[in-house]
Amino acid sequence: MRKYTPKDNVQAKSYYTDRYWVAPRVPRAAVEEGTHFADVVKTMAKFAKESYIEVGTLVIHIDAKENFEAIKTLKEQCGYTQCSEQSAVDYLAQDGEFELFYQFLNVNEAKRVRIVCRIKQGEAIESIVPLFNSANFAEREMFDMFGIKVNNHPFLKRIIMPDDWEGHPLLKTYPLQGDEFASWYEVDKIFGKEYRDIIGPENRDPARIDRYDTKRFSRVGYEVPFGADISEGEKEQPIEYSETLLVDYNKDSGKQLDHRK
Amino acid sequence: MQQPNKLTPFFENLNFERDDNTMVINFGPQHPSAHGQLRLVLELDGEQVVKAYPDIGYLHRGIEKMAENMTYNEFLPTTDRLDYIAATSNNYAYALAVEKLLGIEAPRRAQVIRTMLLEINRIISHLFFIATHALDVGAMSVFLYAFREREFGMDLMEDYCGARLTHSAVRIGGVPLDLPDGFIENLIAWCDKVDHEVKHTYEALLTENRIWKMRLEDVGVISGEDALNWGCTGPMLRGSNVKYDIRKEEPYELYGELDFDIPVSDRCDSYGRYMLYMQEMYQSTRILRQLVPMYKESSPELMAHAPQYISAPKEEIMTQNYALMQHFVLVTQGMRPPKGEVYVPTESPKGELGFYIKSEGEPYAYRLKCRAPSFFHTGLLQDILVGTYIADVVTIIGSTNIVFGEVDR
Repeated sequence: MRKYTPKDNVQAKSYYTDRYWVAPRVPRAAVEEGTHFADVVKTMAKFAKESYIEVGTLVIHIDAKENFEAIKTLKEQCGYTQCSEQSAVDYLAQDGEFELFYQFLNVNEAKRVRIVCRIKQGEAIESIVPLFNSANFAEREMFDMFGIKVNNHPFLKRIIMPDDWEGHPLLKTYPLQGDEFASWYEVDKIFGKEYRDIIGPENRDPARIDRYDTKRFSRVGYEVPFGADISEGEKEQPIEYSETLLVDYNKDSGKQLDHRK
Repeated sequence: MQQPNKLTPFFENLNFERDDNTMVINFGPQHPSAHGQLRLVLELDGEQVVKAYPDIGYLHRGIEKMAENMTYNEFLPTTDRLDYIAATSNNYAYALAVEKLLGIEAPRRAQVIRTMLLEINRIISHLFFIATHALDVGAMSVFLYAFREREFGMDLMEDYCGARLTHSAVRIGGVPLDLPDGFIENLIAWCDKVDHEVKHTYEALLTENRIWKMRLEDVGVISGEDALNWGCTGPMLRGSNVKYDIRKEEPYELYGELDFDIPVSDRCDSYGRYMLYMQEMYQSTRILRQLVPMYKESSPELMAHAPQYISAPKEEIMTQNYALMQHFVLVTQGMRPPKGEVYVPTESPKGELGFYIKSEGEPYAYRLKCRAPSFFHTGLLQDILVGTYIADVVTIIGSTNIVFGEVDR
């Protein structure tokens, strides 16, 4: 029977997992009273659905509709003046949702907060560029990589992939090697789609390696005459190196490359 | 008007000729001062920049995608290709993030060696910065001198791990090797050399140089508030009078025990940042000198003991059955960290390099986000280039010290 491969997540998976194995969880600590984080949690109580400390960072889960207001409160009342990072995690296969995270830094307290929210597929999120300019590039990258629309972004355009690219590379449904469109991108763009047949898959990629091509590829350890047909398999011929290549000139010195400096 | 056809496609919705006085020019991606593959579209009014649009992505290799398809140890050499000027900083930032996820700590000697490598990399990166920045501005000889010292630094890295650029010199849970014979002596000699050369060559050539000052002073001014708002970190932030260094404020590795200062500049311009880089090199050599006695006092373990996640030392694998079994599982399946997410910031030579890792308990990271400082410094260009003159554009790009390996990822 052919092995079942799920279509909604084509990323690499472990070839074997013990059926009784349950993954442990990184410990989540409650916020202690009297700390800086306790004040943040108190200020953010209106928005927070859940908050805890994970590996030294305060994580606050909020409703995606309130993201702008919540982050404004965090910036103006809690002193988190830098947005270090903003991106998403693809949970479409499990929940049909994206998990968005915003990572913030308070320079005076040297503390970090992560705001996490979830949006359904096809929903848009409000831009936080009016609050943090650093989100400009980060949100564009998120749009590029996941296709998440950002409302009121000043210039929502693909940033890393070309403008006319199809698909969003960091989705779990996007294969690592690229899809059909990706593999023919240059050919389509320069010559047109009708040239796909003329050029053929063997010529579209200049880095392609054909292991049966004995004219353009050397075969270390399995040398065959130039242009020989080896599609049926070839005879193994051990390599014989000349003795002079194997003289160790550094034998007597304790360290190699002794005289370089 | 462009005439799009199949061989010259209509890439951008850009008119290069306007009816008004402005002109649109294309800077890069093959410009020698573009520090790799930066393409800037500049709208000029005379010689003044009216609008700047940084276009990136020419070096995109999908490293975050690769991280989702590789086991944790497999991915480590890929991090070399982020900031390829100081590869160990990336290896370390990644290894530290995974270690935080696993809840393990590297043994003392590994920490000393890692801190040493990080600081060597910082000096290498700063030397590279001063070399290319000076070359961009027009000071050719500084480039040659700085590359000479950088070569010696790379020789040190080569002595340690055999590679000069893509080091992979850090492992998750420790370091692969102890320092080779004579490394400490070479290191101290190199520190002396760097201190001497920075003081008597680069600073002597540049700091009071009239042309250098005219090209750098009050160019690329960014206020502290703007720097925070645009996500600037590292020397870009400290050059804007915000004293924030992750090594000091959120100490990792041995930085909590070491004695060093955080130079800050209140000039907020390219000259201030240049001075800052010079001062940071002195601080790095100071750290390196303090690490030497720490190394000598440490016990020889190099990898953390966590058999669930990290293979035993080679002797044990070769002699003990259970260690071999663990090693086999870890190599063929990969380690499975607990479920959870971490974001671990480190102070790389360019700024805050952080790895966000979301683990679902599988041997493959569910999501890995690399927070690269240069990415945000590139975003800043659309703001600080506006209003400057075309001649200063190169100075400002050089001064932001961006590396495209980590911008495009």
